[in-house]
Order: sequence, then structure tokens, then C-alpha cells
Amino acid sequence: MPDAVGVSVKERSHGYQLRVVQEVLLALLAKAASHGYQLRARLQLALGPLAEALSEGQVYVTLNRLEKAGLVTSERVGQSDRPNRKVYELTTAGRARVMEWLEDTSWPKPAPAEFHLKLVAAAAAGLGDPVRLVDMQRHALLAELATVQRASLGEPDGSVAGLLLEGVVLRLQADLRWLEACARHWNATKGR
Amino acid sequence: MKANESPLRTEPVLRTRGLDKEYGRGEGLVHALDGVALEVSTGETLAVMGPSGCGKSTLLHLLGGLERPSGGEVWVGGRRIDELSEKALARIRRHAIGFVFQAFHLMDELTALENVELPALLGGRSPHAARDRAADLLEQVGLTDRGDHLPSALSGGQRQRVAIARALSNEPLVVLADEPTGNLDSAATLDVLRLLDSLRSTGQTLVIVTHDERIAATADRLITMRDGAFVEETRLTRGSTGELGHLVGLEA
Repeated sequence: MPDAVGVSVKERSHGYQLRVVQEVLLALLAKAASHGYQLRARLQLALGPLAEALSEGQVYVTLNRLEKAGLVTSERVGQSDRPNRKVYELTTAGRARVMEWLEDTSWPKPAPAEFHLKLVAAAAAGLGDPVRLVDMQRHALLAELATVQRASLGEPDGSVAGLLLEGVVLRLQADLRWLEACARHWNATKGR
Repeated sequence: MKANESPLRTEPVLRTRGLDKEYGRGEGLVHALDGVALEVSTGETLAVMGPSGCGKSTLLHLLGGLERPSGGEVWVGGRRIDELSEKALARIRRHAIGFVFQAFHLMDELTALENVELPALLGGRSPHAARDRAADLLEQVGLTDRGDHLPSALSGGQRQRVAIARALSNEPLVVLADEPTGNLDSAATLDVLRLLDSLRSTGQTLVIVTHDERIAATADRLITMRDGAFVEETRLTRGSTGELGHLVGLEA
């Protein structure tokens, strides 16, 4: 992970990493050439309320990168009433990359190891009560769960974005259950 | 706007002071609840979580007058109930409180509609009014077309929705739910979750004992119990959806 030493904890991005935006854009171009605006609209539909994290420029920056890497080509197409726009098309190399991505089974790893070690270290050094740290973490995750749950309930039946929110909910739920186990363990070791 | 956002300070719907409950005696004495103080305001949804045996179900039973405390006070709608006669307590249970249980507790020989109208009939409504109310409630829980089914012909999720409709029959001050999704699969849990959330938005006061973090996360306030006492209280303010993308770490 390109985690710079000296970057404060707050600035580090955390949560579930979605590294695939490049490949997603390539895949969306596999059927037909398209332009940035249209690609962004399709991502927004798939992400629902999560799309707010997708900045306007993100899609264009990524497309630029893909073009430099030779995975897409672009062509300026004139429009009568608006400025010209770029239409992107997948190259053979781009198509190969998409196929490779679709077959890839690697999976983002939620890593409880860091938190686990934090508790072990806090207990060993007598720096803090591990149970209190667990409770703090629980607060934070429950607040996140509340936010995602609310968004999830707001999605209509059969919404594709709802499916994504469901995934986030289930992962948070699993994390919270693990924190329960942590609380039990560190609570039990307290008296010893 | 929810009832609990009203600037008016009103008497809490539920209040306890120094609530104790002990079971057994001598060496087998168990302190199920130890000095619990609680206030639940009108329109609030409170979730209570904690490991098995932490006393959360006992708390719910005491709040609903199903059991009597060993010490302390329970107030419902401004009235102290722990000292009431059995008969008066039964009246409070019928009129002020709606119960939802993990195992549904529907009457097997009555149809869904009859189950829902029963508390209204027992509460003294006319048969006509009770039937109308029951039909409205079944509609609210999305089961209008299942009214003439016996519980045995309904899925677990449908049974629990009937049980929730029944709990609302007498327009209770508060609905007390004990593990309402404990017997349900995830799809049925989601149905009940939506239903509880819609009750919350209508300003119904709810106290939900649950193991399910999803249910807890939809509450206004969450209390965590351990060994018969409150160890943590969280007010669950929801962030804006703008923070959502952060959770999935969308990056180019």
C-alpha cells in the first residue's frame, strides 16, 4: 500500500478500497465508443448515493491516463450547439485488460490486523483500556452503519445501487460482530 | 418532523429509576438488572444491545409490566406501574404497550386479521371499529391480501409483520420489541427493518432489544448493556450521504 510515512492518521484513506475505476471505464467502453459525460452517468447510476464521492474530474482524469497507456483512443467530435467533445474507444490492449480484470479473483481485504495489534499494544504498554478502544471503534462503525443503512432503506426495490449499499452494510455488520468478540476477550482478561 | 424534535419538554413515555431485578436466592442469586436508570421520550426509537444474559430482555419485561422489579421504579406515561395491582397492570399492558416477540406469539387458530383485531376488541372497541383498525394496520404492514390466512400459512417475516400490526392495534404509547428479527432470514429481516423504520418516521415510540446491528443502527439512540447495567450510550446521528463514498474508498 502506498502509505506515506508521516501522513497523519486522519489523512489516510480508510474503508473499502475500490481500485477498479480504470477497468470499469474500459469495460463500459467495450460495447461501444462513448464520451466522458455518458460514462460518468452510468457510474452514477450504478453507485446511487455513493456516487457523490465521484468527482466531476475523476472520470476525465482517468480517461486521460488510459489514453496515455494506450488502452483507449479518443477523437474530437463536433457538436452544433456545444463545444466539441471527446469520444473514447477501446483499443485491443484495452480489451485484453478488461478480460483480464473480469477473470481476476483478487478481493479487497478488510484488515482487522491493525486494530487487533492496536489493542494488543495498548494492553501491553498499559496505554489504554482495550475495551474502551473497542467501544470507541464500535461507536464509529455504528454511526457509519446508520448512514449506510439509511441510504439503503431509501433505495427502491431492485435498485442496483441498493445492492452495493447492502454489501457495505453486511461488511460493517461483520466488523461490528468481530468487535463484540474483541470486547468479550479484553473484558475477560481485565480481571486477570 | 418527528415528535421528539418538538421543542416542548414532555414527560418521558418510559422512565425507570434504580431498577433492580434478582432471580434465585443464596448461592444461586443472579442480579439480572443492577440499578438501571432510563428515560425514553415520545417518538424516540431506542435500541438495546448486549451479549446474551446481559439483562436486556429482563429490562424489556419490566418496562412492559410483564415482570415486577426487585427494587426501583418503572413509570409508563407518567404513571408508576411497579406497585400496581395485577389487574391494573394488565390494563396498562393492554392499553399503553404493544409487544413484539422473537417467536411472534400469534394465536394459531385465528386468522391474521383476527389476531390483529383481538387487542382492540379486548381493549373495548366495537367489533366494527376493531375490524376497521385491523384492516388498516394490515395494509400498513403490506399484508392486506393475507388477512384471512392462518399464521401457519404465512412466512416468518409475514408472521412478524402481523405481530407488529397487532402490537399497534390499541395505539400504544410505546412498542416494546424483543429480538423482532431473531427468527428471520435476511430478506425478512429487511422487511421488518423497513417496517420499524416507517413506524419510527410516524413518531411511534419504540424500544427494541436486538442482536442485529442493522436494527440497532436505525435507532435514534443505542444503549449497550453488560452484566445487568448500561455500559455505553450512543446517539446515532446519521451522516450525510456525501460521506458514503468515503466508505467505499472510490479512487481513480
